[in-house]
Amino acid sequence: MKKYTYTEKKDTRSGFGAGLLEAGQKNPEVVALCADLVGSLKMDAFIKEFPERFFQIGIAEANMIGIAAGLTIGGKVPFTGTFANFSTGRVYDQIRQSVAYSNKNVKICASHAGLTLGEDGATHQILEDIGLMKMLPGMTVINTCDYNQTKAATIAIAEYEGPVYLRFGRPVIPVFTDPDQKFEIGKAWMVNEGTDVTIVATGHMVWKAIEAGEQLAEMGIDAEIINIHTIKPLDEAAILKSLKKTGCVVTCEEHNKFGGLGESVARLLSTELPSPQEFVAVNDSFGESGTPDQLMTKYGLDTINIVEAVQKVMKRANK
Amino acid sequence: MKHTINELEDIASQVRRDIVRMVHGCQSGHPGGSLGCADFMTALYFDVMNHTTDFKMDGIGEDLFFLSNGHISPVFYSALARSGYFEVSELATFRKLNSRLQGHPTTHEHLPGIRIASGSLGQGMSVAIGAAQAKKLNKDHSLVYVLLGDGELQEGQNWEAIMYAPHNKVDNLIASIDYNGQQIDGPTEKVLSLESLQAKFEAFGWHVITSNGNDMADIVKALHYAKTLTGKGKPILNLMSTIMGNGVDFMMGSHKWHGIAPNDEQLAAALAQLPSTLKDY
Repeated sequence: MKKYTYTEKKDTRSGFGAGLLEAGQKNPEVVALCADLVGSLKMDAFIKEFPERFFQIGIAEANMIGIAAGLTIGGKVPFTGTFANFSTGRVYDQIRQSVAYSNKNVKICASHAGLTLGEDGATHQILEDIGLMKMLPGMTVINTCDYNQTKAATIAIAEYEGPVYLRFGRPVIPVFTDPDQKFEIGKAWMVNEGTDVTIVATGHMVWKAIEAGEQLAEMGIDAEIINIHTIKPLDEAAILKSLKKTGCVVTCEEHNKFGGLGESVARLLSTELPSPQEFVAVNDSFGESGTPDQLMTKYGLDTINIVEAVQKVMKRANK
Repeated sequence: MKHTINELEDIASQVRRDIVRMVHGCQSGHPGGSLGCADFMTALYFDVMNHTTDFKMDGIGEDLFFLSNGHISPVFYSALARSGYFEVSELATFRKLNSRLQGHPTTHEHLPGIRIASGSLGQGMSVAIGAAQAKKLNKDHSLVYVLLGDGELQEGQNWEAIMYAPHNKVDNLIASIDYNGQQIDGPTEKVLSLESLQAKFEAFGWHVITSNGNDMADIVKALHYAKTLTGKGKPILNLMSTIMGNGVDFMMGSHKWHGIAPNDEQLAAALAQLPSTLKDY
């Protein structure tokens, strides 16, 4: 198992803030919009440097999506920022008609996704957003795993023409990816090569997959770990290549098991390479109040859950 | 003035013929609101707006129009075709398979003149505001126009946008409301009353003018006056009284013709009331 270490913990949303500033410095057409959550979205640095390119919308997310769509018509590259719940479910029809169907170059940037939002509880903990967004034709869906990857992804989507949903989170987590990485939309990242089982992880679950990989190595299991940061378009070649080698897969995501990364992988495998699969995901449930760690444990999204899923799927694969 | 009032009235008559023929041709669509806005759309595309039919999505340096109440697509398509964005013969494909003239306007089929999809109501005002703010960032002094239905104002997103525009001094925006008092299920005052739209918009900080949207001289005058009000710190609202179905006597003033198509006999009766001025497509 390749060794991953970290010297600091940071939140992915701060990676977004840093990436937004850099994207703004690179391209004068980049503008930002926020629905009364500037501090939470870490947009302060961008606003300080480019006050005329920032739009404070107020608590009016539907209007924010429409204004962003309109801004693209004059050549702007708008980044909208609010919590994932208010970025998707609340404004689904606005995104569907004014952004996706109209093919507008809007970057929908969503913080506080999933259970790790913590104490605010289920009203704010969306676990359905990946599914909502990936069903929209033409929508690119990205869920990043640490500060550095989020920063790189933010810069990359500014350079990509087309609607994007970028999902990140609230808690501080290990920073373990390369600070100088080049983010390639739609290209899986091989975290660890292995032969016994494939672990496909996205977002906050990537670090947990690495922890699980270390524990599995001690048990004599050689896990291949793949980070799928771009859930749509899915890097099908990378997944199929790995499954041809390992023959079984565990998918890990901080999302409902319905509609998420796991189902995308299952759809691919069922048509191309039927293989045993286990899902580490929320079991069709809302969340609740608690600390992020407590919630990840209670809802079965911890390192141990990945280890157990690997054991189960390998058994099913007669390994 | 690029055209006399008489010339514009003649064009509007042809636009009305196009509307009823398009809706009849596919036996679906929305003739009522389309007919009611025929004069407004003719005034806008043939006189008021500075625009080019050499379509570019960014519309930099020209005035832009957004149709929020996308179901009145027949009048939009006719105005675009008659003013030169595409061949008028294409109007015959309205709502048919493989057409660029979808039931509701879309950019998806790349029809020149369309900059956003609309149909799901309540979204056009926000989009127009965004386009207007992009013009300001681009130091582009041309204007943005948007048309909304009155029943459409029951959608909450409009009021987010109506609150936002004055606060942010979006004063390069001229919104018009097709104030016909009708919606699918009946008169707006019965379905969900709008009360005083003038008072509501003024309370939100808009400069409100009123006009008769079915009097060509009045609507042209109102829109030119609205242009003189731009750049003064407030968005402008043209509260435009219209009659649903205007121009075809048996369709006028009733919600019943909101979304149904005339049969052959009704088409003939309608066309008999609408002189052909530019040749039918």
